[in-house]
Amino acid sequence: MAKKRGVGISAVWYPTGMSGGGDPSQAIIKMQPDGSVDVLIGTVDIGQGVRTVVRQIAAEELGVPIERVSVTVVDTDSSPLDTGTFASRATHQTGNAVLQAAAEARQVLLEVGAQQLGVEPEALVLENDTVVVKDHPEQAIPIPDVASHATWAERRLIAGRGAFGWAVAKVDSETGQGEPLHTMAYGATLAEVEVDTETGEVKVLKLVSAYDCGKAINRLLVEGQIDGGAAMGLGSALMEELHPYYPSLEHHPTGFFSYMLPTAKDVPPLEAVIVEMNSDTGPYGAKGIGEMTANSQAPAIINAIHDAIGVWITDIPATSEKVLRAIEAQAGEDIQPGYVPPEPYWPHEAIAG
Amino acid sequence: MTEHKYVGQRLPRYDGMQHVTGKTQFVGDMRMHGMLYVKAWRSPVASATISRIDVSQAKALPGVVAVITHEQVPNNRYGFAGDFPVLADTEIRYKGQEVAAVAAETEEIARQAVELIKVDYKERPAVLDPFEAMRPDSAKVSPTGNFVMFDGKPYRPVIRGDVEAAFAQADHIIEGYFRTAAQEHCPIETQTSVVQTDSMGRTHIHTVTQAVFFNQGTLASILKKPQSMVHMLGGIVGGGFGAKNDPHTDHICAVLSLYTNGRPVRWIWTREEEFVASTQRGATHMFFKDAVTNDGHIIGRQVRSVRDGGAYVLTNDYVAAKHAFAVSGPYNIPNIRTHAYAVLTNRRPTSSMRGFGIYQASIGHELQIEHIAKQLGMDSWRIRFLNAVHDGDLSATQAVLKNCGLIESLQQTAERAGVKLDDEFLQLSSKAVREA
Amino acid sequence: MDYPIKFTLNSAEVEVEAPATINLLRLLRDYLDVTGPKFGCEQGNCGACTVHIDGEAANACLVHGLTIDGREVTTVEGLGTMEAPDPLQLAFYEHYGAQCGFCTPGMLMASKALLDHNPHPTRDDVVEAIVGNVCRCTGYNKIIESVLAAADAARE
Repeated sequence: MAKKRGVGISAVWYPTGMSGGGDPSQAIIKMQPDGSVDVLIGTVDIGQGVRTVVRQIAAEELGVPIERVSVTVVDTDSSPLDTGTFASRATHQTGNAVLQAAAEARQVLLEVGAQQLGVEPEALVLENDTVVVKDHPEQAIPIPDVASHATWAERRLIAGRGAFGWAVAKVDSETGQGEPLHTMAYGATLAEVEVDTETGEVKVLKLVSAYDCGKAINRLLVEGQIDGGAAMGLGSALMEELHPYYPSLEHHPTGFFSYMLPTAKDVPPLEAVIVEMNSDTGPYGAKGIGEMTANSQAPAIINAIHDAIGVWITDIPATSEKVLRAIEAQAGEDIQPGYVPPEPYWPHEAIAG
Repeated sequence: MTEHKYVGQRLPRYDGMQHVTGKTQFVGDMRMHGMLYVKAWRSPVASATISRIDVSQAKALPGVVAVITHEQVPNNRYGFAGDFPVLADTEIRYKGQEVAAVAAETEEIARQAVELIKVDYKERPAVLDPFEAMRPDSAKVSPTGNFVMFDGKPYRPVIRGDVEAAFAQADHIIEGYFRTAAQEHCPIETQTSVVQTDSMGRTHIHTVTQAVFFNQGTLASILKKPQSMVHMLGGIVGGGFGAKNDPHTDHICAVLSLYTNGRPVRWIWTREEEFVASTQRGATHMFFKDAVTNDGHIIGRQVRSVRDGGAYVLTNDYVAAKHAFAVSGPYNIPNIRTHAYAVLTNRRPTSSMRGFGIYQASIGHELQIEHIAKQLGMDSWRIRFLNAVHDGDLSATQAVLKNCGLIESLQQTAERAGVKLDDEFLQLSSKAVREA
Repeated sequence: MDYPIKFTLNSAEVEVEAPATINLLRLLRDYLDVTGPKFGCEQGNCGACTVHIDGEAANACLVHGLTIDGREVTTVEGLGTMEAPDPLQLAFYEHYGAQCGFCTPGMLMASKALLDHNPHPTRDDVVEAIVGNVCRCTGYNKIIESVLAAADAARE
C-alpha cells in the first residue's frame, strides 16, 4: 500500500458577461423624501450577493448611509430589465447600470442642494449623508433635508436611470474574428493531492489559488465565490459524473447517494489571494468572478495526480475506479482507463475534403 | 489607492439576518389560498415515437383539477432554435421528458393521477454516443440532423494565422485527448414554481429562474400573450449555478394555470427529477494538437471539440461558441485552428453550468500544458509564464487584450504556496506590452 | 385517515391531525406552516431538513410523523429571532456562513446540536457535525469559521 503525493497547477481565464454581447442590464435609483434610497434592479440574487454589491455602489455614489439603501426583488411589473444572473455578469453589467443611475440621481440631488446653498452644483460634494460645499465645509445640508426640500418645495424627483451592456459582437463566421469575449478575468490554482495506489482514492490536501477579479467590491463575497468554487471544482475533478458508463445511460444517479459531491470533509484548507488587475470597463474596475473560481481546480488536481503516480487521467472525473484502472494500465494490464472515442468523422474535413 | 466607505469593504449580506433566522422566503415556502399541486408523466425511455396520449382516467380522478398535454399548450415550441417542446407531442427524445402534467388538490392525488395516464409509444434505438451521431449514416435525433448549426455550418470555427505552417516549423508536435463529464449543479433548492392566472388573464409566476426577463419573453411566446400579460416575480434563489436559466417548471405550470380557474399551482421537483430531467453540463470531448518549439513556445494550436448536447439545441450553440473563443487558453498563440461541434444525442438537453464551455476548455488547455512540459522535460510554470498573455496581445479571435492578469495570478499563487519562482518570472508583468 | 399528533414545537404545545404516512418535514412545512426546515432531497442525504428532536439533530424527512407525539422538536425558528438571534446565527451572519441561505436552517441546527454537546469543538469536530449537510454555495469554509467563531464568543 502506498500513498503518493503530488502537486499540480493550472491557469484559467474567463470573460465577464455573455459571449457575443447583447446582454443589457438596466437600473433605476430613486430617493424617498426622507433621504432613503430604493435601487431597482432586474436580476435575482442566487446567493452570490448582487443585491449587496449594488447596495454598496449606490450608498457610495450617493453618500448616504448604507442602512438607508434598499434593493428590490425582481418584479417584471416594476423592475427594469436585466438579462439575468449568469455568465459572471451581475457585478459588472448590473453594477455599471447602477453606477449610471446613481450618477443621474446624484446630479439632481446636487442641483437641489446647490439651489439651497446658493452655489453651483460643481462646488458641492456628497459625503457622510451631507451635501457639502467643497471649499467651505461649514456650508452643508443633510441629504434627508435636501430630499425633503426637493420633494415638497421644488417638486423634483431625485432619481436616475442606467443601462449597460456589451453591443452584439460582429464575429466572422469563418474565422471567428471579432470581440465576442470581454473583460477577461484570470486565475491560477496549485493543488496538492495524496493518491492511495491500492484504492485509487485521491485526497486533496491543499488548494492554493489566486484570482484576478479586478476591483473586489465586497471582499467577503469574493471569498465566498472562491470557497464555493473550490468545492465545486474539487467535486467535478474527483466525483461528479452523471453517466458512470458513458455514453450509456446506465446507472444514471437519482440522488446524493449515487451522485457524489463534496461534503465538509472533502474540502481541504484553502488559501486564496485576491489579485486586483482592474478593468477599464467595470464599476470601480471590477471584473466577473463567479464561474472562474470553479474552473481551476479540476485541471490542477488531475495534474497533481500525474505528478503523484505518473498516470494521466484524461477522462474526468478521476474516480477511484479510473485511477486504479490507469495504474493497472500503466503496469501493462490490458484495461481501459476510461472512455475511448471511436475514430471521429469530422464534417469540416469532409467539407474541405 | 482610494479608500472607499463601502466599496472594497467586507460587508455582510444585505439579507444575511433573514437567512440565518430562517425568515427568507423561497418560492417553495409560499402558500397561496386554493393552491394545487403538480406532477408530470415522464418518459421512461430515451427515444420513442408517440402514437397516443390518453389522460381521460387521470382527469376523472376525484381531486384532479386539470390535466394538460401538448394539445393545451398555446405555442408548444420554444428555445433560440424553436425546437424544444413544452410537452412532447409526436416523439420522445430523452428519458424523463415530460409528456403530460396534472394539477390536483394534493400531491398524492397528483401522483396517482399520473399513474393513470396512458401513453402509447414505440421505443427506438437511442443515439447516445456523439461520435456515432456525427456520422452521416447515424440515426437522426432531430429531423434536420444531429449537428447544432452555426451560420449554416455544423461547427463553430476560430481560425487565426496558419496552423499548418506552425506544425511544419515546430520542434515538437504534442497531441492530447480529454473528456469532461456531464455534471449536475445540485442546488439545494430544486426547480420550483408557484403560478396563478387571474381573472384578467394575467399569469403571475413566482419563479426561481436566474433569468427573469429572458424567461418572461419565453413564457409570453409559449402562452401566445403580450409580455405585459406575463408577470414574473423573482426573489431569492436557493442556488443556481446555471441550473435555473432555462424553463423547467415555469412554463408547464403557466399552461396548467390557464385551466385551473384562477387557482394557483405549485410544482416542486423531487431530487430525483432534478437529476434525471433538469438541464446539465454537457460531456465534452477535446482533441488538442500543439506545435511547440524547443524553448517551450506554443506557436500553433489545433483544437477539435465535440459537445454532447443532448436532444434539443437549447443553448448548445452558445456554449460551443463561447468554448471555441476561449479554448486555446490565456496564452499568446499566433496560429490557431479550432473547430467546435455541438451534437444532438438522446439524453437530457444540456445547457448552462458554472463555466459554460470554458470549464471544459480549462481542463483541455491545462492538461495539455502538462503534456508539453513533460515532453520537453521543462517545468510547467515556465511554459505558462512564457506563453501567458500580456496587454496588447491578440486573442484567438484577434481582439486586443487589455487588463490582463494571468502572470500576476501565477506569481501570487506560487508565492502563497511557497514555490520559489525564477527571478525572470517574478519580474514579468501583464502590463508590459510585447514588442511588435 | 388522520391521526392526532401532540408535541412541543419551539417551546410551544401544538396539536395537529395528519395521515400515518406523513414524515416530520412535511408535517412541519405543510401542516404547521413552519418553513425553516427545507426540502432538499427527502432521501435523507442532504441535511436541509435538519431539526432537533429531544435535543438531538435529525433529518426530519426520515422521521415518521406519528412518532413525534409527546416529544420536543426545535427548528431554526426556535433557535433565535431577528430581534434576539442566537450567537450562532449572528456568527453565520458576520462570517458569511450563508450565501443563498437554503441549506442554512439545517446547517444551523446541526451546528447547534454540536455546540450544545461540545461547547469547545475543534475544526475536525465541526466538520464531523456538518458532514451530513450539503452546501453547494459556500464550500463549507466560512460555515466552519462561523461555528468556531460562535464557540469562541461563548467562551468570553
